[in-house]
Order: sequence, then structure tokens, then C-alpha cells
Amino acid sequence: MSVHIAFSGGLEDLFNKQRNLTVPLESQLTLKQLVFHLKDRYLQTRPELFMSGDSLRPGIIVLVNDMDWELCGKDDYVVQDRDAISFISTLHGG
Amino acid sequence: MIKSCELCGIEKPAIKRPKTGQGICKPCFFSAIENEVHETIISSNLFHPGEKIAIGASGGKDSTVLIHLLDLLNKRHNYGIELHLLSIDEGIVGYRDDSLVTVKRNQEVYQLPLTIVSYSELFGWTMDQIVKKIGLNNNCTYCGVFRRQALDRGARMIGAEKIATGHNADDIAETVLMNLLRGDHFRLGKSTDIVTGEEGDMPRCKPLKYLYEKEIVLYAHYQNLDYFSTECVYSPNAYRGYAREFLKDLERIRPRAILDIIHSGEMLSVSAPAPAKMTCERCGNVSSNKICKACTLLETLSKP
Ligand SMILES: [Zn+2]
Ligand SMILES: [Zn+2]
Repeated sequence: MSVHIAFSGGLEDLFNKQRNLTVPLESQLTLKQLVFHLKDRYLQTRPELFMSGDSLRPGIIVLVNDMDWELCGKDDYVVQDRDAISFISTLHGG
Repeated sequence: MIKSCELCGIEKPAIKRPKTGQGICKPCFFSAIENEVHETIISSNLFHPGEKIAIGASGGKDSTVLIHLLDLLNKRHNYGIELHLLSIDEGIVGYRDDSLVTVKRNQEVYQLPLTIVSYSELFGWTMDQIVKKIGLNNNCTYCGVFRRQALDRGARMIGAEKIATGHNADDIAETVLMNLLRGDHFRLGKSTDIVTGEEGDMPRCKPLKYLYEKEIVLYAHYQNLDYFSTECVYSPNAYRGYAREFLKDLERIRPRAILDIIHSGEMLSVSAPAPAKMTCERCGNVSSNKICKACTLLETLSKP
């Protein structure tokens, strides 16, 4: 299975300026596990801007198939094949 | 998991609103945001027919949403105001020059006039030159003082009656906290005002005062607005950074915290005498001292 990942709001700068990634997954992951997977395999720089402690940094919005992750279980959501998951930072200037 | 929007009961929900905890769909979210900003504008009497409003436009998410909403609401509700985009070019290569390209694209989309005023034309220094001279210690102070005056002077230049800025609820809660942490009781008393600026000052207003940052970002995202989101190349003030992280942590546990801090600020009565208003002896701009902060900083810069 694989998922489509999109980064915006400045997060793309942490992932080699890539706004879109297709990430193959060998097993089913929760969103929390996916965040670790992205950090371990794809993040290029400044992990503290992506994660804080053992979870996603507060101030980053996640959309699962264009729906707020707070409506579908947040960390515990089980990622499905071909899901489109967006990570949007809110922390950059206005 | 919620199956349908908690307002209309029909569409698929798209956002959990921090303010209410409700899961609502895109159309209900758009109308909620637009109606709330309209109510804020009306209940605080922010605009009057015939006024020219300078919108502080940085290319970032907040000012981009502000431009979109003011343009839309002015047409929808016939405010009769004239909108004019005002951008400040601090002279930061690789940051401001790129964000100004975004502002110019939005100027085309909304067909609004745009004026750009630069630190180099107003003060004779770009931020790049200032950082070269003083390093990365106090640079945000310079930038803040200069931006304040640049917005005022730019707004006067275009004949505006008022400046509208994109400050959101998270920004205002952060300012309350920062003024508390700095012991700045005069500013603390004013930090939640929706309109600021006494006589002689160019009034500033914050129509997005009650919108959460999350709502602004998702409004921009779902409306496909074009905004710029790169961090300033000169690392921001660390003290403010801590306050910001602290608020985001609070907000994750209890989203109401942001509005409650604003509410606390609104209910505070701070007995701090307003600093006297005078005119700067050097540049003639409004100042609380004989020489204004911008001129004082410029003097420091001119020393070898
Ligand atoms: Zn709805
Ligand atoms: Zn002066």
C-alpha cells in the first residue's frame, strides 16, 4: 500500500523542498506511526519543527482526505491505502 | 467519527472548530467565518462609508485571508469602503522579495491598488544592511519599530483613514502573554483592543481578532488562496518563540484557552497613564519622547 503526503505552510522546507511525496508502506500504520516514519525516512533538517516529544508539533494541522484529523481520531487513525494526507504548518508569519 | 456536518446535517464535515468543538462542512465553515468577521466589523463599528482602508499585506496567510474577506464583505454588505494594499519591503533578500511576488499576484486577483514602501527609502537602511552592521541580536527590535512607522507613513502617503492588519486570535493571546511577561502594563491594557491609536496616530484595526490561526489556515487552504509561508531568514525573538509554543501546547489540550486569554485581557483594567504624545524633533512623526524610537535606532546605526 502507499499514501500521498503533501507538505505546506513551510513544512516543505524540512523535506527537501518537496511539497508532495508518495510513501510506500509495508504494514498498516496509525497516523502517529506515520509521523515517526516520515521523520525517520524523509525529514532532512530541523526535526524539532516537525515533532515535539513523541508527537507531531502543536500548530501543525493534518488533513486526511481533506478532513481535519481531529474529526477522525488524530494519532490513532489507521492509515488506509491511497489516503491523501496533508501536513500544514500554521506557525509561519502572517 | 462524525458522519455529517453538525450544522447542516448534510455534507461531510471538514473541520473541527476550535471555538465550538463542532465538526462542520466546508460551506458551513465558510459562512461561519464570513458571518463572524462581518459581525465583528459591524459590532465594533470598524469602517465607515467613504473611508479608504490600507490593508497591511505581507503575502502571508493572515493578510491574504484579510484581503479576501474584506474584499468579499465590502461587496456583499456594501460597506462603501475603498481598499488599498500596503506592503512593507524590509529589504530581506530571499524572504521579503519572494513574499512581495505573492502580494502582487493577489493584487491581480482582487484588482486592488498596491503601494510598497521600503525601509531603504524611508530610513536609508535595508534589514540586510542592518543585520550586517549589528548582527543577529537586536534585529527584530529594529524591524518592529521601523515596520510600525513604515505602515503609518505608507498609509498617510496613500491617503488612508485607517490601517487594517491580519492579527488573529492566537496573535492577540500571544501579545497579552508577552506584555505580561515583559511587565509592560501600558501595552497590556491595550493589547486586546480591536482598534488602537490615539489622536494623531493612524488608527489600526484587527478584523480577524476572534479567528483562530487554525481557522485562517484552513479557510485559506479550502478556498485555495495563494499565500507565502517561509520563515524570516533572521531567526525570530526566542522569548516570543517560547510564549508561542506554550500557547500552542495549551491550545492542544484546551482550544478555548486562546479566547479565554483574550477575554481576560478585555476585562483587565490597567491603571497605567498613557505615555505623553508629541512630535519627534527629527522626523516629525508621532512619538512618546522628544526623539522617536526609529530615530534613536537610526542614530545607533550611524555610529561606527
Ligand atoms: Zn454543513
Ligand atoms: Zn523620529
